[in-house]
Amino acid sequence: MPETTSTILTWITFIPFIGMVAVLCAPKQNLSLIKGICGIATFIPLVLATQVYFGSFQKGTSEFQLVHFAEWIPLMKINYHVGIDGLSLPLVWLTTLLLFIAIPASESVPRVSKGYYALLMLLEVGILGVFISLDYFLFYVFWEVMLLPMYFLIGIWGGPRREYAAIKFFLYTLAGSVLMLVAVIAMRLDTGTFSIPELVRIGGEGGFTGPALLGMKFTTWVFWFLYVAFAIKIPAFPFHTWLPDAHVEAPTPISVILAGILLKLGGYGLIRACFPIVPDAFTTFAFTLGVIGVIAIVYGAYVALGQSDFKKMVAYSSVSHMGFVLLGMAALTEWGMNGAALQMFNHGTSSAACFLVVGVIYDRAHHRDLNAFGGIAQSMPRYWALSTVAFFASLGLPGMAGFVSEFMTLVGSFQSADTRFQILVLISCVGVVLTAAYILWALQRVFLGPLNEKYKDYKDITAREVFSLAPLLILCILLGVAPFLLLDWMDSSIVQLMRQLGSSI
Amino acid sequence: MELFDYKLLLAVPAIPIVGYVIQIFFGRHLPRKGDWMLTGGMFVVMCITVYMFLTKAIGFEPSPGNAALLHESAKEGGPIFGWLYSSAEKAPGFNLVAGIMYDGLGAAMLMVVGVVSFFVHLFSLGYMNGDRRYHIFFANISLFTFAMLGLVLSDNIMFLFIFWELMGLMSYLLIGHFAQDPDSPRITHAAAACKKAFLTTRVGDTCLLFGMALFYWKFQTFQFTELWRLSAEEVARNGGEYPMWMTVGGFFIFGGTVGKSAQFPLHIWLPDAMEGPTPVSAMIHAATMVAAGVFLLGRTFPMMSPEVLAIVTAVGAFTALFAATIGCTVNDIKGVLAYSTISQLGFMVAAIGTGGLGLVAGLFHMVTHAFFKACLFLSAGSVIHGCHHEQDMRKMGGLRTKMPITFVCMTVCTLAIAGMPLFSGFFSKDRILQGTLGNLFTQFRGASALSIVALSLAAMLTTFYMFRLIFMTFFGEPRDHHIHDHAHESPWPMTVSLMALAALGLFGGHFWLLHPTDPLAQGHHGTWFTQLVDWKTMYGGVFDPMAANMIVDRYNPYHLVDGQYVLDSAIVAAGTEHYEHAVHGAHYWALGISLLVLSLGLFGAWLLYYKRKVDPARITGALGFGYDVVRDKYYIDEAVDGSVIKGTMWLSRVQKWIDEKLVDGLVLLVGRIGKILGYICSWIDKYIVDGAVNWVGYTTQAFGSVARLFQTGRIQQYISFAVAGGILIAAVHILT
Amino acid sequence: MIPVGAYVAVSVALFALGVICIVSRRNIIYVLMGIEMILNSASINFAAFGRYNGDGLEGRIFVIFIIILAAAEAAVALAIVLNVFHLFHTIKPSEVDLLRE
Repeated sequence: MPETTSTILTWITFIPFIGMVAVLCAPKQNLSLIKGICGIATFIPLVLATQVYFGSFQKGTSEFQLVHFAEWIPLMKINYHVGIDGLSLPLVWLTTLLLFIAIPASESVPRVSKGYYALLMLLEVGILGVFISLDYFLFYVFWEVMLLPMYFLIGIWGGPRREYAAIKFFLYTLAGSVLMLVAVIAMRLDTGTFSIPELVRIGGEGGFTGPALLGMKFTTWVFWFLYVAFAIKIPAFPFHTWLPDAHVEAPTPISVILAGILLKLGGYGLIRACFPIVPDAFTTFAFTLGVIGVIAIVYGAYVALGQSDFKKMVAYSSVSHMGFVLLGMAALTEWGMNGAALQMFNHGTSSAACFLVVGVIYDRAHHRDLNAFGGIAQSMPRYWALSTVAFFASLGLPGMAGFVSEFMTLVGSFQSADTRFQILVLISCVGVVLTAAYILWALQRVFLGPLNEKYKDYKDITAREVFSLAPLLILCILLGVAPFLLLDWMDSSIVQLMRQLGSSI
Repeated sequence: MELFDYKLLLAVPAIPIVGYVIQIFFGRHLPRKGDWMLTGGMFVVMCITVYMFLTKAIGFEPSPGNAALLHESAKEGGPIFGWLYSSAEKAPGFNLVAGIMYDGLGAAMLMVVGVVSFFVHLFSLGYMNGDRRYHIFFANISLFTFAMLGLVLSDNIMFLFIFWELMGLMSYLLIGHFAQDPDSPRITHAAAACKKAFLTTRVGDTCLLFGMALFYWKFQTFQFTELWRLSAEEVARNGGEYPMWMTVGGFFIFGGTVGKSAQFPLHIWLPDAMEGPTPVSAMIHAATMVAAGVFLLGRTFPMMSPEVLAIVTAVGAFTALFAATIGCTVNDIKGVLAYSTISQLGFMVAAIGTGGLGLVAGLFHMVTHAFFKACLFLSAGSVIHGCHHEQDMRKMGGLRTKMPITFVCMTVCTLAIAGMPLFSGFFSKDRILQGTLGNLFTQFRGASALSIVALSLAAMLTTFYMFRLIFMTFFGEPRDHHIHDHAHESPWPMTVSLMALAALGLFGGHFWLLHPTDPLAQGHHGTWFTQLVDWKTMYGGVFDPMAANMIVDRYNPYHLVDGQYVLDSAIVAAGTEHYEHAVHGAHYWALGISLLVLSLGLFGAWLLYYKRKVDPARITGALGFGYDVVRDKYYIDEAVDGSVIKGTMWLSRVQKWIDEKLVDGLVLLVGRIGKILGYICSWIDKYIVDGAVNWVGYTTQAFGSVARLFQTGRIQQYISFAVAGGILIAAVHILT
Repeated sequence: MIPVGAYVAVSVALFALGVICIVSRRNIIYVLMGIEMILNSASINFAAFGRYNGDGLEGRIFVIFIIILAAAEAAVALAIVLNVFHLFHTIKPSEVDLLRE
């Protein structure tokens, strides 16, 4: 039974919960007080997470650290068991950052109210909980906790088709959750434990004894159930169609969180709670996953190219970029896996920045039709400069974060023991060019060329908007120049993961 | 090298990037909008590069122990940068450690970039004066220089790629400089051109990335020196032949050059790139962006198999001729120069493809071309500036009296590019022809046969269209008096830059040909450049560049034996006279051809555009449809637009449809089926399940309703019933 | 001695009259009077059968009970009638049919 070594993760996770209670107690007319509470309740976790990142966390070990263990439901052997390693730490930090950024960005949300902020706080609890859970039951509970506020945040504060989008999002994710629940219960019945490290150990030893069903092995069933559950979140082709709708309808800060963190839950789930548990099934289907990843890259890019809605284009670019995550994981090489893990973080910063950028122009123009803009760079030069950084980061320009992860993924996939991956790399190169195409085309249509008279008097990006955008852009550049700021932290855990997946590293 | 030297080299890219950061944030508030800061910074950079060149490259003579000028910070304890991981225990194969590499090619290139960039900065002080986004322009051009300097100093192909793509970005921003200027008449064109430049080069970049991945897969390294060494070993292991995968990888790497150096068919971005301000054109076309592609070829030459090199030659030669024909028909002054750049790049690429002496000649041409092409563009800029942004040559004429300095400088550089003897271009172009011919004579290859014909024709056309430009612009009667009357010579920063670069255009060739220590000693293999950038020594002596090719097609006579190059035993056995004869023959043939094509081209231009003995319109009329095809650039743009772009957009629409109708449709179908199932269930529930329950209720109620009839609420009735009941009971009782 | 049948006959007649009075009368006062008549017919029966049954006072005690009860009942009933009148503004029993609901 693991020793409790620190309770700081619990604090990080539940301070927003305290914030939520405080928000609920506050008078609903006093919005500035509520914002203040939220600011504090998101800032403290950010500070704590930064402290953990640079202070308490030990690099160079793949053990779970800062573990907090307590019995929760002893009768069913369900425990409150949380801890982090190099895979979850960057994402925890990113979560605290993005939620902190989301508070000032929420200023522009129409009809924003007390309930909105309370739900936002609850959302942070759910997301952080998923990242730190080491008990599958706890993991599932947090997974569902995160789902509900998201539903309301889209469904109440969203755009014109918000109900449709929210219900689609909710049902889709719920369908995945149910599959996950089935797999979790099946594993619990088979092994008698909910503990993820324990399941990984048992899975690695081939300890599952469950019966074959319909000609498929027990582990295969578990693999596909968990895969679909997480693939919906990534979202991997063909489970991605909830994403554009949800993004288009969601208010800007919610889009930021959705693209920045929620999609990462899928990728994180795969490498934390799916692949290492059933490594044999994973290696069997690795090429299939690679193909799915490449389809997402190329197909997402093509569809993004065909969009005329600015936000929808960015949403499809997410589909395309998250394809790299799947491709990198499936290749089962150290660079591929590192690239995938890095891509999750980098996409979290760059796509969040892109959504903020789109939000800025939407707040002024109240539409997102790419073809109706033109020459905005003349009336908003600072906005143009910041947008360029955001979009070029998304495009994967060297010197920016996205490039490092994309190139590591591509080069890593190329080295896969399965030489068919080389064809996949070649195909995904098409996606790389297409990414440049749709981003540059969009930039041209929105910012360059003659100024559309309608937009002549728009005021340039405000200090508040810069405040939200700047940290993300700084991260984009910083991690492009110095990717070791992340890779050093993740490396040991990745090596450990590779061993668990049966790679010979 | 000492640590101090490395620090100096590190300062070379550091100065422009620091300048950029300061400029982008504070440039607007600095006096003169910060232009002096960046230009001054570039002056320091130029001084450092020249100083490094003088101390390191001059006086360098290969010796058996020190075969090549090659310094690597990674091997000499200089500054290195663990990019992916900072932890030391990470195995080299998994980490990426970047360092500085300073070798002969790098030294030459670094100096060229430093010098040309400084003069372009200086020129911009005058040319861009009064521009709406003046400080942004300087910031961007500074970052552009940074990228090129970093590229030259990179010791691994990954960092080369990073700077390579950064240049793509800067070209995007600089070509699109006028895309946000409401006063610019070509704002829409600029917006499209910058996108086109970035996208087209990115196609090449992606090829390069793939090629790099391929080499990394086999060799587990990005370091150039390691790649060279491992390539040599791999070839040796493979019995002296290049394995198939190296051909594929080399082909993809060449794809990068095709994109960046504007070779057919990815050359389409370059003419459009003229939408940028003229200093940017000078920068892109002379010292930085397009040279990077050729530089890459020089860096990766040992990895190229003979098959790839044949393709390189063919593509280069074709591009040279193809672009030269278009150059003859263009009327835009910058357009002529743009096509001439494509054509000259074709010369370089073709020469490198022939290997051996051609490799050195191609790189040499890159250096001389950088000077005279920068000068040509800046002169064109000066003309445009003087004519108030008129670019059409048909409206110019007789400007030589109005702009004497510009006229002289431009003429000098035109002579250089045309290959007039004693001008720099002559030496390099002559050597290209010589290398190609030598290749053709010592062994017959289809690609070199094609290239010699194409390059000779292209050289003739080059002379023709360049003098056409000179005659149309500076000579004859002014065709547009309004423009002519208002034309003026440019301010001093511009003319100073022009004169400096023109001097380099004139003497650059001599300078590079001198013997480093003994200026008067002249010889085939003893000149400075060929010692610095020698195919025998350039790859650090770790690679015998021609040994592999030697076995395949016997065109290289030298072998590396114990660190010395010796003639191939087969040639020695057959008697060296034949070989010597062939090499000398190549030399004289090359000289003859250069002079012949020069005079032909010059005569043609003189006849048509100076004397006007023959009306050009008659010739174009006689050519008829053929002329139209050339004038319209062989419809390449239209073809690309019709096939690639339309095709991509069509595919994107199809996939969008698939996504919305099929994939999402499937999801919605599932949803709808669920909904229908729900309706059915609710019907069943309502009428069958709940119906049964209700039926019980209804029955009870029905009984109740009947019973209710007795329930009148009238007591008297109740009593009547009671009495009647009593009587009934009594009656029954009595009767039974 | 008067035979018991005569008493029974009077009692029956009285009972029948009472019932008829209850059933047929439109006035609730008459209904009450009919009830009184039924009670009295019962009293007559009690008294007659008590007398003929030999010793004991049971019959007469019941008669006294019934008289007292009738008095009390009449008081309550008249109070109800007053309330009914107050509520319905009528004392016709056919129109007071709230029990039906």
